[in-house]
Amino acid sequence: MTGHQPGHHHGHPPAHTHDHEHEHEGSALSGMALRVRALESLLVEKGYADPAALDALIETYETRIGPRNGALVVARAWARPDFRDWLRRDASAAIHGMGFTGRQGEHMVAVENTPEEHNLVVCTLCSCYPWPVLGLPPAWYKAPAYRSRAVMDPRGVLAEFGVALPAETRIRVWDSTAETRYLVIPMRPAGTEGWSEERLADLVSRDAMIGTALARQPGEAGPTP
Amino acid sequence: MNGAQDLGGMMGFGPVRPEPEAVRFHAGWEKRALAVTLAAGALGQWNIDASRHARESLPPGEYLTSGYYEIWIKGLEKLLLERGLVTAEELRDGRMREAGPALPPLRAEAVWPVLARGSPYDRPATAPPRFAAGDAVRTRNVNPAGHTRLPRYARGRSGVIERVHGVFVFPDSHAHGQGEAPQWLYTVRFTAAELWGEGADPMLTVSVDAWESYLEA
Repeated sequence: MTGHQPGHHHGHPPAHTHDHEHEHEGSALSGMALRVRALESLLVEKGYADPAALDALIETYETRIGPRNGALVVARAWARPDFRDWLRRDASAAIHGMGFTGRQGEHMVAVENTPEEHNLVVCTLCSCYPWPVLGLPPAWYKAPAYRSRAVMDPRGVLAEFGVALPAETRIRVWDSTAETRYLVIPMRPAGTEGWSEERLADLVSRDAMIGTALARQPGEAGPTP
Repeated sequence: MNGAQDLGGMMGFGPVRPEPEAVRFHAGWEKRALAVTLAAGALGQWNIDASRHARESLPPGEYLTSGYYEIWIKGLEKLLLERGLVTAEELRDGRMREAGPALPPLRAEAVWPVLARGSPYDRPATAPPRFAAGDAVRTRNVNPAGHTRLPRYARGRSGVIERVHGVFVFPDSHAHGQGEAPQWLYTVRFTAAELWGEGADPMLTVSVDAWESYLEA
């Protein structure tokens, strides 16, 4: 831990020197760390939050729900035409059938990239995102830069992700303004015929399912651990 | 409401900053913010639309300079105060002064079942949809002071119905404790030229999901 000097917290008592928050990242973060801790203590004291439930919530979204779920959906859509057809007809049923149900994924629509059309998903009004298949949204998805420009200048946004689409490719942007959650099915890379679903899923990044990346090519580096 | 949350088409925020997908939180307090927000929501004293409205009601300058978990916490504090679950004094020092209404908290063993169940927002239809896929529609030019999910950039614009989703809870009513008032929900697609005018990307189309009362023939 970095040293906590008296007065470091700008008016807050120099308590919590034991803490493992990232208070060294700046006084704004320190302020929020203290504010959230106060809120949490208060809710626990008043009987409105169970500390074990708080830990379980965090553990769920750190370890149990993440973009691997969505990658398995995409891989199955690539590998099995019957599943792809089901996904087109009723994505909620197809995805829920794989066990990926629940909060922020109740109503799913899968949108497929083709050589002619690329899909990109945004929520300009808040941070709507398909949690059961992608986990928690990344910070950039919730930040003004992405939310403001995705609907107006998606090619510029894609360039910031290192993606350059051919000029003749249409871009289709889905603004998630209701409870419908969109999952992009990227194009299957060539040279993956006969691959297992598990292996195919390794080619599918979170960003590819938002539309800010393409599927990885065979041999391209996988997700950073 | 025409708040700072309605960001589509604004400029000047700089480049998007991609991150590796292994990055889930940027500070320990963000994890706690996620957890207290979800746990407090499970008390059942407000719905998702009221949560969104609490967040978008932050003063614009504050909204635009707060990180998203910060916005969540500020929205949560507002809801807790409005519903009488905490007082301003209690929030200030994080200590209980008086007991609030007795409400059973979300228990650890219920976390996974509750998350996995979710809360569907579709409702049975009581009337046929007014529009069908392929219909030309125009979004209404409205500026409600309360919650709405029709972004400014898509108001008073001509588009085409692409998909009929079914009947869904209407956020403009639900956010304000005025009932679910379910309506037909549609995906409406616009050309970029219709939304952004001269110089718009000719290869771009954008859709919003719009409730029936947002639309006219």
